[in-house]
Amino acid sequence: MMASSLRWARSLPLSARIGLAFVIFWLAVALVGPMLAPYPVGAFVDYDVFDGMSSQYWLGSDYLGRDVLSRLLSGARYTVGLAAAAALLASATGTALALTAAVGGAKVDEPLSRFMDTLISIPSKILSLVLVAAFGSSLSLLLLIAAITYVPGNYRIARALAVNLAQMDYVQVARARGEGRIHLALTEILPNMIHPLLADFGLRFVFIVLLLSGLSFLGLGVQPPDADLGSLVRENISGLGEGAPAILMPAIAIASLTVSVNLLIDGLKGKRP
Amino acid sequence: MTGGSTASGLKMALILAGKRFASSLLTLFLVSLVVFTIAQLLPGDAAEETLGQSATTQQIAALRHEMGLDRPAHERYLSWLGGMIMGDPGQSLVANMPVSEVISSRLPNSLLLAALTALVAVPVALSIGIGSAMNRGGRIDRALNIFTLSMVAVPEFLVATLAVLVFSVKLRWLPSIALASDDMSWGEYLRGAAMPVLTLSIIVIAQMARMTRAAVIDQMDRPYVEMAVLKGVAPIRVVLRHIMPNAIAPIVNAMALSLSYLLGGAVIVETIFNYPGLASLMVNAVTSRDMPLLQACAMIFCAAYLILMLIADVTAILANPRLRAQ
Repeated sequence: MMASSLRWARSLPLSARIGLAFVIFWLAVALVGPMLAPYPVGAFVDYDVFDGMSSQYWLGSDYLGRDVLSRLLSGARYTVGLAAAAALLASATGTALALTAAVGGAKVDEPLSRFMDTLISIPSKILSLVLVAAFGSSLSLLLLIAAITYVPGNYRIARALAVNLAQMDYVQVARARGEGRIHLALTEILPNMIHPLLADFGLRFVFIVLLLSGLSFLGLGVQPPDADLGSLVRENISGLGEGAPAILMPAIAIASLTVSVNLLIDGLKGKRP
Repeated sequence: MTGGSTASGLKMALILAGKRFASSLLTLFLVSLVVFTIAQLLPGDAAEETLGQSATTQQIAALRHEMGLDRPAHERYLSWLGGMIMGDPGQSLVANMPVSEVISSRLPNSLLLAALTALVAVPVALSIGIGSAMNRGGRIDRALNIFTLSMVAVPEFLVATLAVLVFSVKLRWLPSIALASDDMSWGEYLRGAAMPVLTLSIIVIAQMARMTRAAVIDQMDRPYVEMAVLKGVAPIRVVLRHIMPNAIAPIVNAMALSLSYLLGGAVIVETIFNYPGLASLMVNAVTSRDMPLLQACAMIFCAAYLILMLIADVTAILANPRLRAQ
């Protein structure tokens, strides 16, 4: 198992291997990071604000004299956790609806697709802003809003895949055999579209990380005392004039996460024949 | 091809384009339904919001009646939609003036920002995309691929903060806050708008260059290009004379799609630079829960997006003889 996954990783292009390393790193940070934090998240530990990097405060201190590294480790958990959950919810919902459309016939497919086309013609940031204004932005609502925003994109891709597969001979045979629609969707169609769907999941994850940190940056996302990486950029914006690590590090952290997922997906795409 | 078939082909293309236009209008109508419905989900309503918690039920009921909130939802929707079409989307709750006035003071700024960004981004993206395609598989191409792939995933505020850090803080070339007012000279305006334009351009160029490269490479694999190369046409001439006329439609398509990405990017960039445009107005509307203003802004953004998509599709229809023949 270990050896085969190592061999698999080695077969990837360099950029994808770097991406994979960063993805694993950020997943690990999200899982155990807060336990490794040198200081409590909310504690005021430094008398100076916007300190530079030092051996005591590896990434400096923030606008209230809190340790940036500790806050970053805990912020990463919010960013990665929320985005992964929202991407999973969006992909599961989008794919479930797509499968329903593919096996349900024109009566289900047409209204559903029309509705999704409508949602997709609202730019994602605009849709999420309207949703935030209507619902508010608690953690669970943010998760839901990010998921709703990216369901249509997943639906469009999953439906295209599923409709193609539904016309294949083996599915027609299964249908003629008298298999039910649920069986057709789950055991005949779904297993054959799982690879492109995984790549799409990665993309949704990237979009949602960017969306949620964008919302937090605007002050409309994760609310204090909780803070994701976007909130960290926002709260330290006054340190921009000094080039404080408190504002740059969280922003770079987000970029390293999203860029590495992108590189990984790109590398995987090139691998498939 | 005879003259007659060209004329009928053009007619077909116009019919297709007309159909596409009608479908955009239908989508815009459905979008307005979605936006209105979401905005109605607000727990409590504008009347309670305006009067605050100390208001009595009678006061709320009176204001609700005055604002027309006691009418059934479909009636309110129709009067809102009618107002939008007539250019009167209602009264802004926070600014206490007509939404149309608030928006008309901001919209030109946003359009100017978009135009300047397109002016900077399109030539640069075209050069990067074509250069990258000509060097396909080479070192420059791979480097550009990694670079643009990364830039697509970088949050706008990182680009913006880095730009401020380099150009305002370290080099002190440009102001970090963009203020636009009527009595500013063009020079002052351009200096102020330089940072937002730069940031938006960097974000859009990455997207555009990738799509341009894909469009050019798609043409490069065609037999007629192979023919041109085999008969000894210089590479630059192959690209400009043979490939470009055929790739122009997909490229315009790519430009329109990437410019639509600008709509979302503007939300962050206008806010971070305090640029008085429509996107930062919309963010304010969200914070203050000014629903009439928010709905109007959302509809403008959606209309802009649909127009860009329409341009993308219609160029594809007009430029593709096979699509026309169908």
